[in-house]
Amino acid sequence: MSADCRFCTFYLDRLWFGIAAERVQEVISSPAITPVPLAPRAVAGLINLRGQIVTVIDLPRRLGIGHRGRTPPAIVVVRSENALVGLLVEQVDEVLEVLENTSEAAPNNLPVESRELVAAVCKLPRRLLHLLDLDKALGDDSREVRTGKGVK
Amino acid sequence: MPRAWLRHACRSQQRKLMSATTDGMEEIVKEFLAESAEGLDLLDRDLVELERDPTSRERLAEIFRAVHTIKGSSGMLGYSKLESVAHAGECLLGQLRDGKLALNPALTSALLAMVDALRGLLNMIERTGSEGSNDCSAVVQLLEDLPGGSSTPRVTVSSGVGRDVGAENPLGEKSAAGTTIRVDVGLIDRMMDLAGELVLARNQTLRFTSLQTDHAILNAAQRLKRITTDMQEAVMKARLQPMGSVWNQFPRLARDLASSGGKQITVEMEGSEIELDRGMIEAIKDPLTHILRNAIDHGIETPEQRARAAKPAVGRLRFCAFHREGRVHVEISDDGAGINPARVRQCALERGLITAEQAAGMGEQQLANLVFAPGFSTAEKVTNVSGRGVGLDVVKINIEKIGGIVDLQSVTGQGTTVHIRIPLTLAILPALIVSSAGQRFAIPQVNVVEVVRLEATSGGMPIEQVCRAPVYRLRERLLPLCFLDRELHLGGKIPSDSYIAVLQAGTGRLGLVVDAVSDTEEIVVKPLGQQLRAISCYAGAAILGDGQVVLILDVAGLAQRTGVVTDARRQPPNLEVATKSGGDWGAQSWLVFWGTAGSRFALPLSAVARLEEIPAERIERSAGREVVQCRGEIMPLLRVSRLFHEPEQDRELLQVAVLHESGVTAGLVLDLIEDIVEETVELRGELRSDLLQGSAVIRERVADVINVKEVLARVTGPPPAEQWPGACKT
Repeated sequence: MSADCRFCTFYLDRLWFGIAAERVQEVISSPAITPVPLAPRAVAGLINLRGQIVTVIDLPRRLGIGHRGRTPPAIVVVRSENALVGLLVEQVDEVLEVLENTSEAAPNNLPVESRELVAAVCKLPRRLLHLLDLDKALGDDSREVRTGKGVK
Repeated sequence: MPRAWLRHACRSQQRKLMSATTDGMEEIVKEFLAESAEGLDLLDRDLVELERDPTSRERLAEIFRAVHTIKGSSGMLGYSKLESVAHAGECLLGQLRDGKLALNPALTSALLAMVDALRGLLNMIERTGSEGSNDCSAVVQLLEDLPGGSSTPRVTVSSGVGRDVGAENPLGEKSAAGTTIRVDVGLIDRMMDLAGELVLARNQTLRFTSLQTDHAILNAAQRLKRITTDMQEAVMKARLQPMGSVWNQFPRLARDLASSGGKQITVEMEGSEIELDRGMIEAIKDPLTHILRNAIDHGIETPEQRARAAKPAVGRLRFCAFHREGRVHVEISDDGAGINPARVRQCALERGLITAEQAAGMGEQQLANLVFAPGFSTAEKVTNVSGRGVGLDVVKINIEKIGGIVDLQSVTGQGTTVHIRIPLTLAILPALIVSSAGQRFAIPQVNVVEVVRLEATSGGMPIEQVCRAPVYRLRERLLPLCFLDRELHLGGKIPSDSYIAVLQAGTGRLGLVVDAVSDTEEIVVKPLGQQLRAISCYAGAAILGDGQVVLILDVAGLAQRTGVVTDARRQPPNLEVATKSGGDWGAQSWLVFWGTAGSRFALPLSAVARLEEIPAERIERSAGREVVQCRGEIMPLLRVSRLFHEPEQDRELLQVAVLHESGVTAGLVLDLIEDIVEETVELRGELRSDLLQGSAVIRERVADVINVKEVLARVTGPPPAEQWPGACKT
């Protein structure tokens, strides 16, 4: 089994998500987030990760699912091309190894926002694991940036 | 995570390879390549210089030496092609040096071709490790075929002489090389990063220790503070490179461009020794090259056109770099045709960059600055040099990316001056921390002109409206305002007291209304992630001493958002001014104010740390002097009226210019501030007091220029007496 099939899993609004474990650097719990005015809606803000400034993506918002807002959020820090990016999630779960033949492409009836971000679904006993396309989730949603700017 | 492991393993392998210098050959070749590349860059410059002044024996000797060194080293390392090309060049140069040949354009071109051939070979060696199969015999032939080429017996003699001369020099060079070492740029960058981290750690430590009372801890913290500052400075110095490292290739480039366009040009440079951060040097290289191309392609006319305009046939292109107000200024001026505002207007209209209404309201300089707009190009024919519609806009974007400002002044028929202002370093800068709606932001100190307190209650100047745009009367001039909370949609409520940070954005000013102004802090600028780069209001982010992340405001971006158009002040292209600017009195910013007896004074703004309004009741006395508590320090006050024996006026609110120079801070109490003026002044008149440097005409009226050093000496000197020595009654 290759390491590509290990997933770091977490919950968002009772949905169970997984991202490739090899991309995850660490998980931190509720640090102070500096909001960035005018930023795209999906950006939660900036955090200080031991002297490094890391952009945090509000994953529920990016996926178009509501915040439950109960549990204090955790941040999963993942490696992007040449920077670190934080993902705001609700609750971090275990690291799982998934057999390739248990997953299939996401069904077509997903909400628009999620459709391009959920790469596949793993059919595990009793529950479904949503596998995220990390690069798409981190990709800058330039349309939003521009509208957010409120061009004069 | 096997991939990451693999990467890590590769990296450590690399490191091992790099440190294994015992296998010396590779190192020697690397060294040879680096040195030769540097030598060739200098050769380019020297050859063009030599063409201008063919009699300079010194320069000729230098060129000869450089070629000789390359020849010698390449022979030793077994690069026969390099050696043969260098040898052919050396032979020619030997004849020149011995006066057997005179330099002519054909000769220069041949020698430049030699430099190019050498460079090509060096690149090949760097890439592939060998000289490759390129045939260099054409260049050798070219050099040999010139009159007095190398196939005659005379040549062997002269090259023999050359060998003797050259043999002495490597020794001389070596003794100089003993004090310098080559360091990998990556290592310096790493040191810079670490120094940045150290600054943060220091700030945090100082914050903790400020609560301590133990002397040992306080002393240790103070030492840490001092050492960190020194360390940071030292690392920054290690990253500095002289402007010349970019400029040296310009004379050659200009010569090539000019000759392909049938033009004649001399390139003058001043300030090559001005040093800039490596990152900055890298960043301005392309923009400067582009401006040079533009000046030659569009600016300077052909000799015939110049003759018709009664100008000398040879065009002048001038590069000038100097320090002013904590920034490095670079001016590129030409004495070409200038920018035709009518053509720019037509062009901008055709391309839909501006509307007819906007065009009607624009002055000549504003129109000229449209050449920086994206997608603008006035070239009637597309040449291979420039004029593809991309260019100056990219120049502007690149300069602004590094926190710089670029504008342009042009006088039709007389020339164009491009003026670039850039910060000294990319990495660490002092910033003013402000807050709005509960969130803190950092503003680079270089952009902050002054801070004005807005008191809603005590009858200060209110904010007024012009067509619903908020403005503030600052010394009888309207300052366009921008509310930070509204601009950033922060949605807080407006507090009763607020502050206006007067910001310099390009050549325009902008008043940024914020809730509070806290401190200045040295911050380490970190870039924003790609998700946030499209937001024009931020220049980056930084971590403050308390560990919190703040956003750094991009003043130029804010000004653009709020539509505060930068209007270039009318100034002729300052070819001549720039020539004089070697002295201290080029265009400089002045704080102009009035004394009580109708006299007018000017203070160099560079000595003014900030302007404050201090209620008269806050003045206390200490050791016979007036002092005031300010930001936790005791600041001595000096009154202009007393210094110059003018009648005193009782005011409830004192205007104070906080002066700071060589470690001394004092507040100078002024009567009435007129304005801050940027102007080139000429000092004249006799001194009526040692507190003055002389008189000058600023904004067409006479002002006495204050000698800041002498004024501050009054604070450190003996306590005040009834009559100041040296000052006489007016």
